[in-house]
Amino acid sequence: MKKRTEIRITGLGGQGVVLAGKILGKAGVYDEKHVVQTQSYGAEARGSAAKSEVIIADKKVGFPMVRKCDVLVAMSQTALDKHLKDLKEDGTLLIDENLVREVPKIRARVFKIPATKMAETELKSKIYANVVMLGALTKTTGIVSQQAVEKAITESVPDKTQENNIRGFRIGLELVKQ
Amino acid sequence: MTEAFTSRKYLRDMSLPFCVGCGCVTVINHFLRAVHELGHKDLSKFVFCSGIGCAGWIPSPYFKADSIHTPHGRSIPVATGVKLLRSDLNVVVFGGDGDIAGIGMGHLVHAARRNLDITVVMVNNMIYGMTGGQVAPTTPIGTKTTTTPYGSFEQPLDVTRLVVAAGASFVARWTTAHGEQLKESLKKAVATKGFAFVEAVSPCPTAFGRRAGFKDVAETFRWYRDNSVPLEETEKMTVEELTSKIAVGEYVDRKIPTFTETIFKTIREAKKSEKTN
Amino acid sequence: MTSKIIPRTHFWQGNEACAEAAIVSGCRFFAGYPITPASEIGEHLAWRLPQVGGIAVQMEDEIASLGAVVGASWAGAKAMTATSGPGFSLMQELIGYAFMTETPCVVVDVQRTGPSTGQATKGGQGDVMQARWGTHGDYASIALSPNSVQEMFDLTIRAFNLAETYRTPVVLLADEIIAHMREQIIIPQSDQITIINRKKPKPTDKAFFNGEDVAPMPSVGEGYNVPITGSTHNEYGYRFTADRAVHKQLVESLIGKVRNNSEKIVDYESNNFDDCDVGIVSFGCTSRAVYETVDLAKKKGVTVGFVRLKTIWPFPEEAVRNIAKNAKVIIVPELNMGEVFYEVERVVHGYVPVIPLNKIGGGEMITPEELLAKIIESVKKVD
Repeated sequence: MKKRTEIRITGLGGQGVVLAGKILGKAGVYDEKHVVQTQSYGAEARGSAAKSEVIIADKKVGFPMVRKCDVLVAMSQTALDKHLKDLKEDGTLLIDENLVREVPKIRARVFKIPATKMAETELKSKIYANVVMLGALTKTTGIVSQQAVEKAITESVPDKTQENNIRGFRIGLELVKQ
Repeated sequence: MTEAFTSRKYLRDMSLPFCVGCGCVTVINHFLRAVHELGHKDLSKFVFCSGIGCAGWIPSPYFKADSIHTPHGRSIPVATGVKLLRSDLNVVVFGGDGDIAGIGMGHLVHAARRNLDITVVMVNNMIYGMTGGQVAPTTPIGTKTTTTPYGSFEQPLDVTRLVVAAGASFVARWTTAHGEQLKESLKKAVATKGFAFVEAVSPCPTAFGRRAGFKDVAETFRWYRDNSVPLEETEKMTVEELTSKIAVGEYVDRKIPTFTETIFKTIREAKKSEKTN
Repeated sequence: MTSKIIPRTHFWQGNEACAEAAIVSGCRFFAGYPITPASEIGEHLAWRLPQVGGIAVQMEDEIASLGAVVGASWAGAKAMTATSGPGFSLMQELIGYAFMTETPCVVVDVQRTGPSTGQATKGGQGDVMQARWGTHGDYASIALSPNSVQEMFDLTIRAFNLAETYRTPVVLLADEIIAHMREQIIIPQSDQITIINRKKPKPTDKAFFNGEDVAPMPSVGEGYNVPITGSTHNEYGYRFTADRAVHKQLVESLIGKVRNNSEKIVDYESNNFDDCDVGIVSFGCTSRAVYETVDLAKKKGVTVGFVRLKTIWPFPEEAVRNIAKNAKVIIVPELNMGEVFYEVERVVHGYVPVIPLNKIGGGEMITPEELLAKIIESVKKVD
């Protein structure tokens, strides 16, 4: 059976949810996988529900939307409440523990990542929470390689924030204990 | 000027479609005279754009030149595309008041705002002539038209002042009774770098003159003469005194950055920064 | 990024692929008006076109945008605009003008839900008939339907090639889902890409319209003194406002150049649909569910054939007729209340039942599961 991993990253507009999906997707391409990334957001520019989906597979991806996800990343309580039902029983859930207070009992693996807090304390801005989550996701799932993600970050963010984004990503990697 | 003026050298050998007394013929004459006096032996350095209405037929296809006869009101957008590709050519738009200031008014204001390097000649007969005499945005209040049978109840638009406010380089208004001045302004307009607008208040004996109570074109001309006020004099006049007067003259003639100048500067810089990257 | 795109695998958004393809096609003029979900095309070209010496302008509305595109095309440029439903509605006036004046140009319509403002950020497929019949009068349209980021690139190039070959506006009928999705895309070496340029006249040529074949196209400013008009005109461009014969000949020529070449224009993808139980005719984003559905149905013992329309107009009649001959029933899934469905019904002409599967609103796609359910239901009905 060929491998196909479906990832959904959720949160609020302005949290970099779509950018995280773009970086993850690009990393998948660098790892020579087949990738589709989609997103949805409201008509408002900020603060509405945001969602980014990435499918990384060994063969061409037909249907591009995630129906049941293998990995769910929730960066707000409302995002978790809305999307948890779509997580597979044996899936992986990553939450930003600074933004998500309540996680129901589930069979999936749950990782509570202090992404926003680490971004604020280590990088002086919560805007890097998305790459911290990406680091944790990379470590916990192994769907993409660290090198590929770092290359994708370098290509996707403005020059002046590159260093902090890479640092944030590495903090995320470290936060997950094997 | 060695060669004598004849409009024939600029026109196709076809009979013009305009009614007897139509101001379009006067405008053609003065425009071609202006072109001649500017030293153009032919129209090979011109592209004409026009929309729908009698004035839209001024260049199309009668001028021995490239002419683009567009849908109603869309001559200025099409002229924009032509000018940006061929900034070396004189792009001249002809249109009536309905075409330019009615359905096409948004385009007029934005082209003037951009200071796009084209010339727009608006032949203002204060009526929709081709469709049979309906009220126009320029029709004087009280005028009976086929769609205002009790008299127009709308204030007309002073298109010339609007174009001045929007930021054009050169703006003038004359009537077809001011032949020499009109021709001189057309010369300046064609030579202007930037947006040039010339309003030619012009008789439509068929659809306007009759309803406005003019017996013939001669009477319309007399009315133009009697009611035209040189721009300088209007400053001293009250609003009441100015009602139903035509303020004629050159409104602005100013050097401001033009659209082709600024857009090509941007492109040059983008290409340069690309090479140094 | 350099001004030349590197031939390799990229991870691009559909709109980005479309914009890059325009540059590869030789497009050097873009005029547009911001609208979700097409804005990225104009934004990308505003950044990229100046780098290659091209021009990108934002106009005051969509009518002006296509007007400027038509003007630029007559001044010799390959030119394009991009919009979505509300803007596509406004552009219909100038699309008709481009048909009538035989002006090559590409109009990208990234479909969202309508009518009117509808749901601006949500995809739909409701502009199919508008792409065919959106402007008034008689004409024949060309509209292409991409279903991947790769095809946003490939079909944009094809749209330019068809526009230049047939001197006609060509619609790239994309949708929000394909336009906003990111996928890997392979950019071939430039010598692997066919680029077609318009046929130019000889200095002695006088007839630039209304030809039996597609007439050569001069540019303004080249000394041809060409009169161009949206009114009925003869082969020299002279207006004939009342002559029946001139009008008939003109319109027959406009329609003929598309209709008589439809075999060359029509393009579709299909699987082996010999003796299939169910045939699916799909296009654009909706077709992405079909591949998986074929596998799902196979597990249930149902063989599914499909035809996926890459050109919607001219309609791939023969392919649809063929699948109808092989299948017991045809299903037409689309994100509208039935548009391609009626076209399929017309072509199939009662030979087998044609069943619509419609879904609208919220930008939700028809899932493989929903399509499978319709297949099972339809098979039962026919058996």
